Amino acid sequence: MSRALVVHQAGPGVSVQDLGRTGYLSEGLSRGGAADVLALHEGAALLRQTVGAALEMAGFGGRFELTAPTRIALTGAPMKAMADGRALAWQASHLLDAGSVLEIGGVTAGSYGYLTLGGGLATPPRLGGQGAHLAAGLGRVLQAGDTLPLGHDAGTATGDLLDVADRWAGGTLRVLPSLQTDLFPADQRARFETATFTRDTRANRMGVRLRPPGAGFGLAAGQSILSEVIVPGDIQIPGDGAPYVLLAESQTTGGYPRIGTVIPADLPRIAQAPAGAALRFAFVTRDTGLAAERAFRAHVAGLARHIRPLVRDPAQIPDLLGYTLISGAVTGKEET
Amino acid sequence: MGDGQVSERFPQIAPVGLDGLLVRFGDRLDEPANRAALAFRAAVERAGWDGIEETSTSLVSTFLRFDPLWLSPDDLTVQLRHLLAAEDWYARPLPEGRRRLTIPTCYDPALAPQLDEAAEAAGMDRAQAIESLSGTQLRVTTIGFAPGQPYLGTLPPAWDIPRQTALTPRVPEGALVVAIRQLVLFSVSTPTGWRHVGQTAAPLFRPDSATPFLLRPGDEVHFPAISRDAFDRLRRDPAGGVTQEALA
Repeated sequence: MSRALVVHQAGPGVSVQDLGRTGYLSEGLSRGGAADVLALHEGAALLRQTVGAALEMAGFGGRFELTAPTRIALTGAPMKAMADGRALAWQASHLLDAGSVLEIGGVTAGSYGYLTLGGGLATPPRLGGQGAHLAAGLGRVLQAGDTLPLGHDAGTATGDLLDVADRWAGGTLRVLPSLQTDLFPADQRARFETATFTRDTRANRMGVRLRPPGAGFGLAAGQSILSEVIVPGDIQIPGDGAPYVLLAESQTTGGYPRIGTVIPADLPRIAQAPAGAALRFAFVTRDTGLAAERAFRAHVAGLARHIRPLVRDPAQIPDLLGYTLISGAVTGKEET
Repeated sequence: MGDGQVSERFPQIAPVGLDGLLVRFGDRLDEPANRAALAFRAAVERAGWDGIEETSTSLVSTFLRFDPLWLSPDDLTVQLRHLLAAEDWYARPLPEGRRRLTIPTCYDPALAPQLDEAAEAAGMDRAQAIESLSGTQLRVTTIGFAPGQPYLGTLPPAWDIPRQTALTPRVPEGALVVAIRQLVLFSVSTPTGWRHVGQTAAPLFRPDSATPFLLRPGDEVHFPAISRDAFDRLRRDPAGGVTQEALA
């Protein structure tokens, strides 16, 4: 059998995702792609490969079998993971044997976990992308019985850990003014920056609803706006007054007023905030936003610098005698 | 507002997030501003400026997404102002390659549950409403919100009815909905504040087809009435009964 990942069981929000499709905004199809693109880059960095398609797991993973020896990386929101009865570290890469069964449970923090496979998922592209765009009905979530082909894996690195800053519990999001920010009364804009919002249970790949601590937000009665372009990060204020942060799979245009836009570098943080997490907004200048973008891209380009060998518990190593325990020393096997 | 004010305030350039600029040709839907937005987008695409990653239009605006670390928004704004000043965009014709499409539509209340309510808001009875909706030649003003989803204008003034305040939890794919003298044809099943007045089998988005998107801005469309039986037969037609011809 060729190299593949077989799905034996999948949580309700497991899908193939990549960096998304661009070029279809004028046709009404938003970019889509991973809710947390940083996690995709982290998975690729751990496996020393270019970013391709990986499995995105919203809240819960599933049970997967690998038909051939396969390198994997586990990134994004930490989840409980086991392979053949052995616990697997998150933010780390591992080598699994042919026939291994990988069990990934619920998130222990954050919202979206990612499983990157050595060689990447080799599912055929549609409209130039491999990712499922659920809102557009382009692709679907995975279900038991699905078999996903894997690409050729030229890499060998495995058993590494990536140091990752916590982005799983909300926090402060940097925002730029949006198309309608100036239409909101000054006292509302001020309150928007001082309020601590709570991430609602209503959230998906299209967007995340936030509950305000007190009164909601909105334009003066009777003010309506014309439908205009939406970009990921836009914070729209629908009729119920509760801010709704739009993510990669949002609609492409909208007529609800937007009070601000989360900068791209902070989108992983809002996507990962779990229900109940506290979130705040801080308006920044364009120059601050550009500096953050520069820093984000430099961080992504330099992820390899944050990789170190996974420290193993010797009791977990099945063929301990096969390892060179001290560099320069002969192996235990040769000593016996 | 008067036209003089429009020409003073528009076109207008506004930042969209970190990596976008929006060129607005008005603040309400009107035909010259819609044509201007379409023609200006085509001109930006033809110009092929370095650093521009994607463009689109909505009703009366043109959007540009660019790499902000490669192209400064200030420099791009200057380039846009030069291009805006080069000609009268409001006087530009509609895009080339337009078609006229016929999309058979079932107005049976079983499939168009808010037809009577919308007709009443427009001051018509059911028969008058069907005659008006099916007899008006409309034009695609923009594609957006969902893949291949058209906004169409403009219906007679009686149809200047507001969106409902509460959302209909779900209308099916192919639903024809009305508000504010416009029609929208939904390409995916979705909640909406627009009223569901007809049902089509039009395949607006076929991702695996060589032509994934049925409609383009500028296309002329009409929605002739068909019976429930005829509609049920159309459901088995991959083309949904839609026919099209090129406009000269």
